[in-house]
Amino acid sequence: MTSPVITARDLSIRLDGREVLRNISMTVEPAEIVTIVGPNGSGKSTFLRALIGAVPLASGRVERAAGLRIGYVPQKLALDAALPMTVRRFLSLPRRISDDLVTEAMSRAGVPGLENRQMTDLSGGQFQRVLLARAILERPHLLLLDEATQGLDQPGAAAFYQRIEEVRRDLGCAVVMVSHDLHVVMAASDRVLCLNGHICCEGAPEVVADAPEYRALFGTGTKGTLALYRHQHSHRHDADCEHDHGHGAN
Amino acid sequence: MLDDFMVRAALAGVGIGATSAPLGCFVVWRRMAYFGEATAHAAVLGVALALALSSPVLPAVILASLAMASAVTLLRGHGYAMDTLLGVMAHTALAAGMVAVSLISDARLDLMAFLFGDILAVSRGDLVVIWGGGAMVLGLIAWQWSNLLISTLNPDLARAAGVDPRTAELWLTLALALVVAVAIKVVGVLLIAAMLVIPAAAARPLARTPEEMAAGAALIGGFSALSGLYAAYILDTPAGPSIVCAASLIFVVTTTVRALKARKTPRI
Repeated sequence: MTSPVITARDLSIRLDGREVLRNISMTVEPAEIVTIVGPNGSGKSTFLRALIGAVPLASGRVERAAGLRIGYVPQKLALDAALPMTVRRFLSLPRRISDDLVTEAMSRAGVPGLENRQMTDLSGGQFQRVLLARAILERPHLLLLDEATQGLDQPGAAAFYQRIEEVRRDLGCAVVMVSHDLHVVMAASDRVLCLNGHICCEGAPEVVADAPEYRALFGTGTKGTLALYRHQHSHRHDADCEHDHGHGAN
Repeated sequence: MLDDFMVRAALAGVGIGATSAPLGCFVVWRRMAYFGEATAHAAVLGVALALALSSPVLPAVILASLAMASAVTLLRGHGYAMDTLLGVMAHTALAAGMVAVSLISDARLDLMAFLFGDILAVSRGDLVVIWGGGAMVLGLIAWQWSNLLISTLNPDLARAAGVDPRTAELWLTLALALVVAVAIKVVGVLLIAAMLVIPAAAARPLARTPEEMAAGAALIGGFSALSGLYAAYILDTPAGPSIVCAASLIFVVTTTVRALKARKTPRI
């Protein structure tokens, strides 16, 4: 696919009479990692849910590439203890998936060999990775992650996002993710979209971190952390990128 | 053989137990125990309606149960917590139904038979309804099984996989109304919710997958019906409540066994 994977055109959403999103237009290109940041209640999750078709649109539309396969990792998956569920069974819902595909997805997600465990017995990190394995089972063109690192500590979250980058590299899928871990996520993104009911600003992580709209929402503090993170984990950015973000901004 | 009322009662009990239990798994997983109760209580209104119009009871009961189930589904998330809403609607339906039945003065009606069931009075025609309805319900659930499971886990996950959770929910609602309608004769309005929930809960400690739990619940449901009937015969107790007591006993046993096992071999 060389045409956009998914496009939102002038999308507005009302929930219970309240306008949650207003005139959102954005395009996701193949193999691109887009991160959506924004304060609580800014409509980030709603936007992702609109992309999978779970929320009715007040206006505008979502255009998907023909035959688009979407892998989705929801924000919260509270598994009721009354529901017995092995990892293997969970991965075969709603369609039966071959053992080969399951094994491949599990190792790609970094949780090989957990197939026979009960979902409720998994640790937080394992659970999130199983969700990731599920999302990439059918080799999606587009991976949607809604705060997929909730409940993980910072090294856990960083490792998780590194895993996402590897998945993107191996499968060539586009990734759209919502996150609160601003600095970690932004470092791993090609493009950042700052959302607060509407799109405040968007662009490369450095550009957004410098934008006044972003600073108005998040302050200047994260920029220093972003720089710090880049110095420690600059696994795929060019060397000259390292010098871009001085600490004088604070 | 079918001439013996005990044989007919056993067949009816096993039919209901085996049908309602797998459906009850979803009631347990989706935390809608009260939902089953509200649907069942609405059946009393259905009975009153049928008497007023002098129409057959079964379609009226199915209609009333469906109406209640749909109303609850529609009202969900509009200002009241689900348990409050269901508490209001379930008991209103029951009370209004009983008032309505009593107002229809010329109708001679044994209300107790509807409230607690009268499994010993099951006719051949009832057996056809129970097994026919039961087969329909099981077929429905089997057909929608995967869609229902994924929707139960997470509606958005279902959407992303191309499954409409509302459609799946609609089928579940329909199956629930059907079960309630055919189970009235056996355990009665007041104890249908018990036959939905208790065998499913009793099967939980034994199961590792949803399918195991549904199958286990069906077995436990059928077995409860047989042993409950037997106990009722020996002890001369009411049949419907005896069946529910038998199911509860099995629940206590499986739960205790699981708890003891967990103490011996700590789970990693």
